[in-house]
Amino acid sequence: MTGPKLIDPYGTPAGADPRGALQSITLDLDRTEGAAVNRMKSTHLEPFPDPVLEVPDELRRSVIVSSVDYLLNWARKSSVFPLQSGLACCSFEMISAAMARFDLARFGMEALRASPRQADLLIVAGTLTWKMAVPLRRLYDQMAEPRWVISMGVCATSGGPYYQSYSVVPGVNHIMPVDVYVPGCPPRPDALLYGIMQLHDKIRRYSLSGQAAGQE
Amino acid sequence: MTTVWSGSALAEAIEAFAPDSVESSGGSDVWLKPESISTVCEGLKNRSEFRFDMLSSLTAVDYIDHFEVVYHLTSLPMNSSAVLKSRVGLGRSEASIASVVPIWRGADYQEREVWDLMGIRFDGHPNHKRIMLWEGFPGHPLRKDYVTYDQSIASVAPGSAGNPEIGNADGNA
Repeated sequence: MTGPKLIDPYGTPAGADPRGALQSITLDLDRTEGAAVNRMKSTHLEPFPDPVLEVPDELRRSVIVSSVDYLLNWARKSSVFPLQSGLACCSFEMISAAMARFDLARFGMEALRASPRQADLLIVAGTLTWKMAVPLRRLYDQMAEPRWVISMGVCATSGGPYYQSYSVVPGVNHIMPVDVYVPGCPPRPDALLYGIMQLHDKIRRYSLSGQAAGQE
Repeated sequence: MTTVWSGSALAEAIEAFAPDSVESSGGSDVWLKPESISTVCEGLKNRSEFRFDMLSSLTAVDYIDHFEVVYHLTSLPMNSSAVLKSRVGLGRSEASIASVVPIWRGADYQEREVWDLMGIRFDGHPNHKRIMLWEGFPGHPLRKDYVTYDQSIASVAPGSAGNPEIGNADGNA
């Protein structure tokens, strides 16, 4: 850097680093973070295929829907714990859906978990930027299977109004497989509830012998 | 009601303590020479006739052939406000101006934002780095000649002729 002598108004010891005292602490962290973002941006070029559960007709005859499946799926769909992760304005609709008026508790979902280890459902509520994509993918990786993902709102689904922006992911399915897409900008809580019920329907049709839930 | 300094009156008052620092004035704006920004801002903050103790906003505009850094100043004790501007990077050369963080600490994040999105370097800034985009991001996206390289158009590499769907700043495809 050229120009006048560095003056540090924050009182951190000067002279330790030619880039300035604050930068000597933070710039290496920033570089590591930036490298992770660039790596994700250059590798996640294609969307993940949506996990589709339709069973072909010839297979359907040979699959036995056991009562174990039924019981297990009933238990799973009746206690889907969402991860508490709001990214943008959609998260307020998600919060509203969890509160008394719309009341997610009716579906056994009232406990929005603060830890991904305890969560089954990731509701991507809002605009996903490339900078946030790295921690969000880490959260997804930390969730135990079976796990499900709802893409809430057009920003998460395709980039929405920020499509072709320099900083927004063109659809969260570039980062992780998505089970249910909820359109809207933002979707009303009823729309989110409808999406959640579609997910319940999807969970109900999982089979132990087939593809495990939430696998890529 | 906050008094707004007129450009000509402010230019005259600045010339009185910092001669040869004003480029031009008009309306409620004063255009300063970029090399005199530190001297003028320090005077505007400390001198008893101005006492501009608050920097309300620091931003920048891209005028294709040059950039303009805009300072909005407010004086709480005098209940007045003023607008300073400075042209930098003429002919789209490497743009830089002296930092005003030593004078108003509130300029810190705003100068980093201008550097991040517009690419104007602030000499003497204590922590001169990107604030919103990540380290390693190519270019400065609020510049008029910035072309987004969307992933769905993966064939266009940075540095090539331009994005066929968006076109570049000259309107050529």
